[in-house]
Amino acid sequence: MATNNKNLSALINPLSKDNPVIVQILGICSCLAVTAKLEPACVMGISVIAVLAFSNVIISFLRNTIPTNIRIIVQLVVVAGLVVIVNQLLMAYQYDVSKQLSVFIGLIVTNCILMGRLEAFAMGNKPWPSFLDGIGNGVGYAIILIIVAFFRELLGSGTLWGVQIIPASFYEQGYANNGLMILPPMALIVVACIIWIHRTYNKDLQEQ
Amino acid sequence: MNKQSNVYTIIYIIILVVVVGAALAFTALSLKPLQTENANADKMKQILASVHVVPEKGAVIEDFNKYITDMYMVNSEGQRIDGNAFDVNTSVEFKKPLAEREMPVYECTLGQDNVKYILPMYGAGLWGPIWGYVAVNSDGSTIYGAYFAHQGETPGLGAEIEKPAFSNQFNDKHLIKDGKFLPVAVLKAGQAPMNGEDYVDAISGGTITSKGVASMIDDCLGGYTKFLESLTTKAQ
Repeated sequence: MATNNKNLSALINPLSKDNPVIVQILGICSCLAVTAKLEPACVMGISVIAVLAFSNVIISFLRNTIPTNIRIIVQLVVVAGLVVIVNQLLMAYQYDVSKQLSVFIGLIVTNCILMGRLEAFAMGNKPWPSFLDGIGNGVGYAIILIIVAFFRELLGSGTLWGVQIIPASFYEQGYANNGLMILPPMALIVVACIIWIHRTYNKDLQEQ
Repeated sequence: MNKQSNVYTIIYIIILVVVVGAALAFTALSLKPLQTENANADKMKQILASVHVVPEKGAVIEDFNKYITDMYMVNSEGQRIDGNAFDVNTSVEFKKPLAEREMPVYECTLGQDNVKYILPMYGAGLWGPIWGYVAVNSDGSTIYGAYFAHQGETPGLGAEIEKPAFSNQFNDKHLIKDGKFLPVAVLKAGQAPMNGEDYVDAISGGTITSKGVASMIDDCLGGYTKFLESLTTKAQ
């Protein structure tokens, strides 16, 4: 029963109380870069979930064999390998999205969430909890990406997933898309707003 | 076995790298055909964009084969060279001296007796390569349409060259005036062109990208001068 609870918390905690983006403030850079539209944000989220879950499992399987002095290198090799595979798959099956995401898929390698989870969790836990931890953190990251992209695309382009949402009559009345929303600084402000709201509801996270 | 010994560490890392390397090589090789297909379809889409044809999703190859009725290469003397024009690497070709260039031409038939000649371009922007396609009318001197693309220009500034708002300015501009090749200039509003050539508005905040577009037009289309002149003669 105790292990079940631990597994469950590995999966659930990163969604809110221990969210990698809005509580640990990791992975902010890609959050700014790929959230101008909903579709690339979703693909990026799914890619990170996949890479995080599988690298967690692989490192967890290897954890007792890895020589301590090269463990970071081993982690990087595994992550980099998985990222290249994800990038190749996107180029083969989602060419347009992979063009939009361009270098950011490759930059998953440098996403602090990955190294953080591998060092902090996978090196010390069994494969199954590690897998759940990877999925949990990946989903926690993806949720924030999708929320940010939702507001940025709706207010910045008037569309969601490329479909026009704001009716033409609004534009005739003088409504204009907010160009600032498309630019990266606005992603930071949206993330900050999410953190603000999140901490208002979770008083235990507030610093004294 | 001592897991902290140097021998163990070296053997461990060698095995790991070989395994990961093999996995990557396998993925790359097995996905290669699909990726090439995608890249080719994307190139076809860009070529068609220069004649204002936007294919439906999944119908790119079909539309390309329907509209592009002939493709071949020309040299700087305007003579036709047969060969596989689609696979010519323009980034290499346009760096060669004029006399050695073999430049692709795509003939696009939009309707009966309505033939456009699509010429590729390749140049440098601020952060990386920019490229494009210009469709020339069968008179050999006026532009029918243009398409520009870039690898990593600044969003909102230099990256605006790929928007129709920029590329549509090129419609109906002259490349050849009074029998002389005058590349379309890209200028700040209010400036006048030096030799009386046609010009379009540059992008505010994208000065270096705009200059890159102008020199790309000059460099790449300049090589087609003889070919364009032969079109003019044919049309008269």
